[in-house]
Amino acid sequence: MERPVNQGAWLMVLPVVLIVSFSAIVPLMTVVNYSFQDILYGTSSWVGTEFYTDVLTDDAFRRALGRQFLFSGIVLLIEVPLGVGVALCMPRRGAVVSACLVLMALPLLIPWPVVGTIWQIFGRPDIGLFGWGLNTFMDYNYTGDVFDAWMTMIVMEVWHWTSLVVLLSYAGLQSVPEAFYQAARIDGASRFAIFRNIELPKLKGVLMIAVLLRFMDSFKIYAEPFTLTGGGNQTTLLSQQLSIKVIEQSDYGYAAAYSIIYFLIILLLSYVFYIGLLNVGKEQE
Amino acid sequence: MARIDLKELAHSYMAMPSGPEDYALRRMDHTWEDGGAYALLGPSGCGKTTLLNIISGLVKPSEGQVLFNGQEVTRLEPEHRNIAQVFQFPVIYDTMTVRQNLGFPLKNRGMEPSYIQERVETVADMLGLTESLDRKAVGLGADEKQKISMGRGLVREDVGAVLFDEPLTVIDPHMKWQLRRKLKELHETLDLTLIYVTHDQIEALTFADKVVVLYGGKVVQLGTPQELFEEPAHTFVGYFIGSPGMNFMDCRLDNGAAVVDGHRIDLAEGVADRAPGDAKQLELGIRPEFLRFADEGEEGVPANVDDIRDLGNFQIVTVTMGDGRRLQLKMDEEKAVPSSDNARLVFPPQWTKLYADSELVG
Repeated sequence: MERPVNQGAWLMVLPVVLIVSFSAIVPLMTVVNYSFQDILYGTSSWVGTEFYTDVLTDDAFRRALGRQFLFSGIVLLIEVPLGVGVALCMPRRGAVVSACLVLMALPLLIPWPVVGTIWQIFGRPDIGLFGWGLNTFMDYNYTGDVFDAWMTMIVMEVWHWTSLVVLLSYAGLQSVPEAFYQAARIDGASRFAIFRNIELPKLKGVLMIAVLLRFMDSFKIYAEPFTLTGGGNQTTLLSQQLSIKVIEQSDYGYAAAYSIIYFLIILLLSYVFYIGLLNVGKEQE
Repeated sequence: MARIDLKELAHSYMAMPSGPEDYALRRMDHTWEDGGAYALLGPSGCGKTTLLNIISGLVKPSEGQVLFNGQEVTRLEPEHRNIAQVFQFPVIYDTMTVRQNLGFPLKNRGMEPSYIQERVETVADMLGLTESLDRKAVGLGADEKQKISMGRGLVREDVGAVLFDEPLTVIDPHMKWQLRRKLKELHETLDLTLIYVTHDQIEALTFADKVVVLYGGKVVQLGTPQELFEEPAHTFVGYFIGSPGMNFMDCRLDNGAAVVDGHRIDLAEGVADRAPGDAKQLELGIRPEFLRFADEGEEGVPANVDDIRDLGNFQIVTVTMGDGRRLQLKMDEEKAVPSSDNARLVFPPQWTKLYADSELVG
């Protein structure tokens, strides 16, 4: 088929190009710009990949990156099974459903620094119920002990975000037709067999989304641990390490290179999850 | 190999039913003979699925008993009853191959792998699934999936009855016909009791030896397709079975005959005497197939011809009686229809049925 050629059509693309430029490309390019040049009071010099080398060989960055993977890994390992478990325990219908959903949604509505503040106070050994209560069993002090600080940070994150996994899984479970459960009963399937062969396959899609969202968000986490510990006791994660560089030390070149690397890591891992999601979809077809 | 008795069975989804209208199933006694092919026919919401789920044990009835071969199973869980159920939408286990799907009920019951393999292959052979045995069940078409659902019921040798809950709803028309035939075939070779829920009368009449018509939570008639057609026990059966449905007219009785719109219509011998004296409503019913126009010189009830629709090998004629009531006639398309204003209708007495409060008198 012969297609009509009209170069004027490019004009139609212009608004999108402009909007995308100002919303994404221009701000991002600024950072790219700073990462390859040393800019100081109106003068600038090309430094190539020097800042990138600095970042990648910087122990502080490496430690923060390691902690970040550890943190996101632990959080995913707890939140996903816990969320699915809670969703399985929720009633499928009836008046209680709405109450459950509202309860589940509550932590999600709370702003990040507020969550940090809540746990800051809640976890204090002297006046916080959680910290004070724990101290009757064990020696607990999140401001003075690495393990306690990490535990509090993870409990806080699990408390804040497990609901998201619960809500997604619950929606996935609701889409399982009643007949599947009835047939499974007649087939004599055990509770575990029902979960393994009916529920889990139906949840695969939403769980991939849950993992993707939870990975992205936990990898970008900033305000909660910052409010809780201020980065002490080895709780400085990637975003906080960055803010130290850019706010406290005004090291723009280094911070720009750091930002690009940070961004690329998230992009790469999200892409891996995305490919995973696509494959799940194909398998179901 | 199961005879199923329902004794004084009733079910309500409410905790405290206050009247008969709160019951999804009204109190009933009913027997499904061993090896019978039954169709359970009725409009949506009449209690068909409830009844089926009570038999399979998915729903526990609020009153009465369910007996399999004389043994009470009312409180038994579905997995402990020798029954299989096929649902409206095919149920398959996505993660498994066809072979694993078919073997699943046996595996759950702890059978030997060699026995499972043998049974699965037998059933797959019966259903024509042998070629796809090692494929993932998830990629198959709706009809194949429904066959797998059926197969999971048949794989257990102890299964005495298979219940079908509108199993062909999602199947393409030409596959429907094949699957229905497969079912008939299985019924003949396996000697199982089959209960087949449907709201499609053609499906019911072609599949079943006996049809049970359920209406408003009550069994209104149990009979062969022919009985349902010729002797509808309830006005609903008359209206639901047949296309178009039965004609009904309010009437009163006078001296052994029915009177409609001032005209006497003769009934079969002795019918009028059997009518209960306290009936609130008397109706006369006649199938469009049996109502006919009077021949030359024959007496009949005058009517106007309104509309003639030729439907290929027969025609449907709509007439209006003096009081504005409309009736339909189904007749051979060759037959002449009288001119519009001097038609007279003949009601053959053996096909003219009297109903008192919707129930057949005779």
